[in-house]
Amino acid sequence: MNVVEASGLGKRYGGTWALRECSVAIPAGHVVALVGPNGAGKSTLLNLAVGLTAPSAGIVTVLGGQPPGSPAALDGIAFVAQDTPLYKNLSAADMLHLTRNLNRRFDQVSAAARLAELGIPLKQKTGRMSGGQQAQLALTLALARRPRLLVLDEPMAMLDPLARHDFMATVMTAVADDGVSVLLSSHVLAELERVADYLILLSRGRVQVAGEVDDLLASHRLLTGPAAEVARYAGQPVVHIRRAEAVAHLLVRASADDPVPPGWEAHPVGMEELALAYLREPGAAALPGPARRRDVQRSQVTG
Amino acid sequence: MTALIAPAVPARREQDASLRPLPWRRMAWVTWRQHRFALIGLAALLGALAACLWIVGLQVHHAYTAATACRPTSSIVCEGLISRFDGIDNVLSNGYVLQAVPALIGAFVGAPVLARELETGTFRHAWTQGFGRWRWTLAKLVALAVVVAAAAGALSVLLSWYYQPFFRPYFAGNPMSLTTESSPLAPGLFALRGVAFAAWTLAAFAIGGLAGMLIRRVVPAILATLAAYAGLAFAAGSYLRQHYLTALLTSKLNVPASAWIISQRWTTKGGRPVSLATLSQVLRQGGPQVAGKGGVPQSLASWQYLVQHGYTQWTTYQPASRFWTFQWIEGSWLLALSLLLIAATVWLVHRRSGLKRRERRIAVVRFAAGD
Repeated sequence: MNVVEASGLGKRYGGTWALRECSVAIPAGHVVALVGPNGAGKSTLLNLAVGLTAPSAGIVTVLGGQPPGSPAALDGIAFVAQDTPLYKNLSAADMLHLTRNLNRRFDQVSAAARLAELGIPLKQKTGRMSGGQQAQLALTLALARRPRLLVLDEPMAMLDPLARHDFMATVMTAVADDGVSVLLSSHVLAELERVADYLILLSRGRVQVAGEVDDLLASHRLLTGPAAEVARYAGQPVVHIRRAEAVAHLLVRASADDPVPPGWEAHPVGMEELALAYLREPGAAALPGPARRRDVQRSQVTG
Repeated sequence: MTALIAPAVPARREQDASLRPLPWRRMAWVTWRQHRFALIGLAALLGALAACLWIVGLQVHHAYTAATACRPTSSIVCEGLISRFDGIDNVLSNGYVLQAVPALIGAFVGAPVLARELETGTFRHAWTQGFGRWRWTLAKLVALAVVVAAAAGALSVLLSWYYQPFFRPYFAGNPMSLTTESSPLAPGLFALRGVAFAAWTLAAFAIGGLAGMLIRRVVPAILATLAAYAGLAFAAGSYLRQHYLTALLTSKLNVPASAWIISQRWTTKGGRPVSLATLSQVLRQGGPQVAGKGGVPQSLASWQYLVQHGYTQWTTYQPASRFWTFQWIEGSWLLALSLLLIAATVWLVHRRSGLKRRERRIAVVRFAAGD
């Protein structure tokens, strides 16, 4: 099952496209990092997936073919929006009760227990909570709905490092316990490296990279060699070239078995390095081939 | 393929079993919790207003009873009591101050319902819950609409009682009391009594809800609601209401004091209209006892003088007996307008999700794929 599947998806605000020609299939059972610079269209894609906005072009479905915003999609997807909007004049207990009243499924007991564990008093108004507490409360509310997909939009932007760690620990516990799929956007790459196993790179409203992190890392290498010999690599799939004095660093699409030219050294590449290289080269792309995507679509239709 | 589907089906059934139904009444608590301060404020405001009306109203009623029970009516004591009743004339008497009440209720309760969610971003929490955005909007607007209309209805019962003495004849034998002030249909007081007050409050609330959705900011939405309400109330009072039923036309002077005079004009015997300037010229010829202040025929004597000289006064009016018919007409169109505005608001909320359009497109894609 694909938790999110988009084809030719586009969203225009006035005259500018926030998202364009976005075709992507995100399989279930992953922690998906949606990465891109500010204004790349991350929030737009997430808002489209949770049904808060309507697409200007193309289609998007969730949870295996459901239209976003339909009752089945609303039941199965929990969304924590950017800056975790909560009702400032309501207490934590009120937020629990309110969210419980609005959902078919809500695990009140575990949510209350989780808040006690976090040391968030139930009587406290959300407007008086710290940024970390607000984020944890919003996440607790989302997880208590026992969603099949958890969508988090820049959840850690306002948090200090400790709060970020605690927040991601809660998310990863839910992944381990309930097998919830997670789709989270962020422009802070470092914090995603530890948790995400699927990467989608958005740049200027288009999908640039999409795939499992392990596959992406296995199919890219960092080559270091004399700067004068860079030309030798012409014609090969080079993503990004970084020159330093006499030495050049090339991020190339190659597996560990591919031969290394004489005089060059090959290193495995990290997720952050890979993402940064692609972000610096908006023209480059690493997407699942058309054949592969068609397979996914066909299995969806028949299933 | 079968291997892929097999584990998915029991898993989904298991999840569905834990799903509870989502009845509409679940929104009652949500609505109360979110809008309790607005509703408590509303109750406090209306309570204070009711207390004022009750205290002043008792004085009005006592003064009225004293004035009408006084015999003989022409004595100095009685005239004193009557002028005391007239003297009660306060800010409430013409009703224009109280007409602001529905507008304020609509603006301060109705406008923030959607505007606050959109302004603070909390709609992203509310509209992604299982209840669904259009059901959420409909439940909130209808529940609050019923509450504000009921509260306004209760206040209007008190208002009707307060204004009762003003609509009873107390100047018996004074045929010239053609003032529109004491007509139950007159613009100032008509909307405060009967079903109109609740209907106007409902309309103001519905305007507020739609303004909030369109403007998406609380303060501008409140201001827009007040402006829209003022425009609608002015249009209804000045232009619309007099056409609910065909107005009556008479050339006689004995138009009941309680009638709502819409227009008066003078004609010659031939039926040609006469200007006021001509009339005052005629009156001036009649001497000082018939020429009123400014030359406008005001007294019985001047009226009789003009009739004797071949002029006819045509009065267009709505009789007071049409009060309840007018109330129901006004109540009905305001109710229809409110329902329309609420429906439009819910439709706008729903449309922004684009669900309908998308569902259709997905169906087309599936059909094309041979599913």
